[in-house]
Amino acid sequence: MKKPVRKRSSFNNQLLKIGSLSKRGLAGWLIIVGAILVIAIIVMTGISPWIRPYDPIAINVGPILAPPSNQHLFGTNDLGQDVFSRVLSGGGVMLQVSLLSVIVCLAIGVPLGLFASYAGGIPDRVVGLVMDSLYAFPGLVLAIAIAAMLGRGVINMALSIAVVYIPSYFRVIRSQVLSIKETSYIEAADAIGARNRTILSRYVLPNIVPSIVVVATVNFADAILTAAGLTFIGLGVPVTVPDWGLDLTSGQRLLTSGAWWVISYPGLMIILLALGFTLMGEGLSEMLNPRLEQ
Amino acid sequence: MTLRTYVVARILLTIPMILILLTMVFLIIRVLPGDPVLLHLEKHATPAAVEQMRHQLGLDKPLWQQYFDYLLGIFRGDLGLSMQDYSSVGQQIFSAFPATLELAIYSMMIAASLGIFLGVQASKAYNKPQDHVIRIFGIVTYAIPVFFLGMVLQLTLGLGLHWLPVGQRFNPTIAIPQSPWYVDLNTPFSTSLISSLFKIRSVHLSTGLYTFDSLLEGNIFKFIESLRYLCLPSLTLGLVLSGVFIRLTRSNMFETLRLDFVTAARARGLRETRVTYSYALRNAFLPVLTMVGLQFAALLGGAVLTETTFSWPGLGRYIVDRINFRDYTAIQGAVIVFGLFVSMVSLAVDLLYAYLDPRIRL
Repeated sequence: MKKPVRKRSSFNNQLLKIGSLSKRGLAGWLIIVGAILVIAIIVMTGISPWIRPYDPIAINVGPILAPPSNQHLFGTNDLGQDVFSRVLSGGGVMLQVSLLSVIVCLAIGVPLGLFASYAGGIPDRVVGLVMDSLYAFPGLVLAIAIAAMLGRGVINMALSIAVVYIPSYFRVIRSQVLSIKETSYIEAADAIGARNRTILSRYVLPNIVPSIVVVATVNFADAILTAAGLTFIGLGVPVTVPDWGLDLTSGQRLLTSGAWWVISYPGLMIILLALGFTLMGEGLSEMLNPRLEQ
Repeated sequence: MTLRTYVVARILLTIPMILILLTMVFLIIRVLPGDPVLLHLEKHATPAAVEQMRHQLGLDKPLWQQYFDYLLGIFRGDLGLSMQDYSSVGQQIFSAFPATLELAIYSMMIAASLGIFLGVQASKAYNKPQDHVIRIFGIVTYAIPVFFLGMVLQLTLGLGLHWLPVGQRFNPTIAIPQSPWYVDLNTPFSTSLISSLFKIRSVHLSTGLYTFDSLLEGNIFKFIESLRYLCLPSLTLGLVLSGVFIRLTRSNMFETLRLDFVTAARARGLRETRVTYSYALRNAFLPVLTMVGLQFAALLGGAVLTETTFSWPGLGRYIVDRINFRDYTAIQGAVIVFGLFVSMVSLAVDLLYAYLDPRIRL
C-alpha cells in the first residue's frame, strides 16, 4: 500500500515543534517567557478600567510628587496623578500602534515581496532599489519626518512606523522566495501547468510564513520602541490619553527633583513589552534557523 | 571583477539611491497631506501672509518645478531657508553636524568594542551560564528605549553620584576648544566652494569635534572636560547598540573557533587570548565591519533621542527643535543630511570591505 503523502506545510511542522516548547531548550523557553510577558501586559491593559485605583487622567487625586506609598503604590507625578493607575492603563496606545503598523506592513510588504521576486527582471530591480534606499535610511528619522507631516495620533504613528519597516518584510520574503523558486517541487508544479498565482499561494507562501512570523515579531518590538521615541519628541498622542511614552517625556523634567518613580515604572513597562516580543522573535528565529544548535 | 570595477559599480549604485532618497524626502514634506506653510503659520495667518511665505519659499510654483529647484538646490549645497527665521538651513546644519558626528563616533566605538568583547566571551562559553547571561544582556539592550536608559544614567551616575554632567556638550564656563589655525576666505579665493556652499567668509580649521580640537589646541584639561560631557550620551547609545554586535560576534566566533586553523594555532601552543583575538577574531571580523555600516542608520536614529535627552546640540536635537517650530524646510534639510551621511558611511564600509576581503575582487 502506498504511504499517505504528507501534506503538512512546513509552517504546521513549526507549530508542532512549538507545541512541545519546553522540551526545545533555551529557544522554547524564550518563546514561553516572551509570550507570557506580552499576554500579561495585554490582559493588564484590557482589564485596567476595573482594577485601577484612580482615574489615570484625573489630576490631583493625591499630593504632588509623592513617593510610592500605600495610597499610591507607584507614587504620584507633578500633576498629582496616580502613577500606578497610569501604568495599568498606559499600554493601550503602544499596543494599538504596533498592531496597526504590523498589519500595514504585512498588507503591503508581503504582496510586494512576492510580486517582485516572482516577476523578476525590471520590476524586481526597481522595487528592490526603492526598498534598499528606504532600508538604508535611519528609520527613526524617516518616521519622525512622516509623523511631523501627518500630525499626532495613533493611526498616523502607525503609518509612519510601517513605512520604515516594510523593507524588512520585503527583503526577507524576496530572499526566501528566490531560493524556494529554484527547488524541484516548484519546477514540478510549473511543469504540470500550475498558474503562477497557484504556485505562489499554495507552494511558495506556506513555506515563507515562518520567516514572516519572525519578522513580524521583531517588528512588534521595534514598533513599540519607535512609538515611544515618537512620543518622546512630541509626535505621539495628546496628553489626555494615558501613555507610558508620554509619562517618560513629562517625567524627564522632574529628574532634578529626584522623582525617580515617575519615569521608572512606565519605562520598565515599555521594556517588558518590547522584551516580550524580542524574546519571542529570538526564540522563533533560533527554532526556525537551527544553524547554531549542534 | 577587479577591485576597480567593484568600486566604480558601487559608487554608481549610490547615485540612484541618493536620488530615491531625495525624492522620498520631497514626497514626504511636500506631497503628503499637510501643507508646510499652513502648518507653520497655523490658523491665525491671513491668506496674504500664507501667499507671501509660499512665494518666498518658492512653494507657489508647480510641483514639478519645485522638485527640480529642490534637486538643483541640493546639488549646489543649498538646503533652502528656514521657515522660522529665514536663515540658511545649510549653515545651521553645518554647525550642528560635528556634535552628532562626535557622539556617533564614540558611541560606535563603545558599542563595537563592548559587543565584540562580550560576543567573544559568549562564544567561548557556548551554552554555559556565562553565555546565557551575555545573551540575555544582549536581548535586553534591544528592548530598552534609548532615552529611558539615558534618563536612568542621568539619575544615577549624574544627579545621584555627581560623577558626570547630565547635559550640554561642554562646560559653559570655559571657552570651547578651537584649533589655533584660521583661514580667511575674504581673499581672491572667496568664491571657493566652501564659502559659496555655506555662505561663510572665514573658517577656523576646527573640526567641531571637541575631543579632537582640544588636542589640536594642546589643552589636556579641555580634552578631559569634553570626554566627561561625552561620557553619558555615548555610553547610553553605545550600550543600546552593543546587543547587535554581541549577537553577530557570538555566532561568527562560534563557527570560527571550531575551524582547523584555530585548532592548529592552539596545537602550536599559542596562548588562548592570542588564538582568540589575533587568529579567530580577525576571521570573524568582516561581518562585524559590515554590521558597523548597517548599524550606522540605527545609531543616528538613536542619536536623535539621545541628543534630546542630554540637550546635546547636534543634528538630532536640531530636528526635534524644528519640529516644535513647525519649520519644515529645516526638517527637510536635516533629514536629507542624515540620509546622505548614512549612504556615505555605507559606501565607505563597502569599499573598505572590498579592500579587506580578497574574495570580492575575484
